[in-house]
Amino acid sequence: MKELSLNILDVAENSVKAGASLTQILITERNDVLTLEIVDDGCGMSQDVVRSVTDPFYTTRTTRSVGMGVPLLKLACEQTGGELAIESVTQEADPNNHGTHLTATFRMDHIDFTPLGDVSSTVLTLIQGHPDTDFLFQHETDSGVVKLDTRELREVLEDVPLNSYDVMEWVGAYLREQYEELS
Amino acid sequence: MKSLAELQAIKNRMKDKVVLRDGMEGTRVVVGMATCGIAAGARPVLNSFVEGVSKAGIDDKVSVTQTGCIGLCQYEPIVEVFEAGKEKVTYVKMTPEKADEVVQKHLKNGQVVSDYTIGAITA
Repeated sequence: MKELSLNILDVAENSVKAGASLTQILITERNDVLTLEIVDDGCGMSQDVVRSVTDPFYTTRTTRSVGMGVPLLKLACEQTGGELAIESVTQEADPNNHGTHLTATFRMDHIDFTPLGDVSSTVLTLIQGHPDTDFLFQHETDSGVVKLDTRELREVLEDVPLNSYDVMEWVGAYLREQYEELS
Repeated sequence: MKSLAELQAIKNRMKDKVVLRDGMEGTRVVVGMATCGIAAGARPVLNSFVEGVSKAGIDDKVSVTQTGCIGLCQYEPIVEVFEAGKEKVTYVKMTPEKADEVVQKHLKNGQVVSDYTIGAITA
């Protein structure tokens, strides 16, 4: 993957597929360490599955027997000296508090750090493909915070779909303005 | 500064507009967005279709959706076009520029861009 934001898009799709009603994408940059968290309230995974998702020969799909999403993210963080951790609680284990929490850390000063890239485009792509699920996106750096919560937009929009082009254009501009204030 | 009030105005403008949803008659553009597609550049291709369809004023007839792995990873980014009563068209190795061309020629004017279809590669 050329940009970390593409790994984020790929792995966040797993949360949506797990039936999450809210998927959180949280990025924190502090002291040359970037921490990425993807948190969902989906169906969760058993401990056996959690152990196997970093194995490229584990996948849920049926077209072939390899799944590269999580392994590629793991590679991207470990090649900078960071690490990847996944915690998950299945719906059966706790019907009221289930889901998956992925944490990946990256050393941004490492030569093999993949640039974050166009993370706004990742957020827009997720909204476009899944207008009926919610996303909380937050990117925190020393100079401030960029934030988007689709639950707030949904409250205003009511039954107008989040992936209407005018709405997406607004979201794109909203994120762009926040990033401009950061820099 | 973008405000929620502005979003309210968009909502008021949109609420009477007919939006093409899944299951309705019309053309469906489906972009493969699994790991293979994303790594090959599907994200800007998808964005080109979304923007192009809206700019061409055909978003009442054409919907753009995402899917997982289509099973031909070496030809990604792959885009499938489904039209009622017609055979499916599969575009392979797409780019944002090719997407713009498909919007204009195929989705707007009904001319399949056969240079970019899977048939052009396997033939």
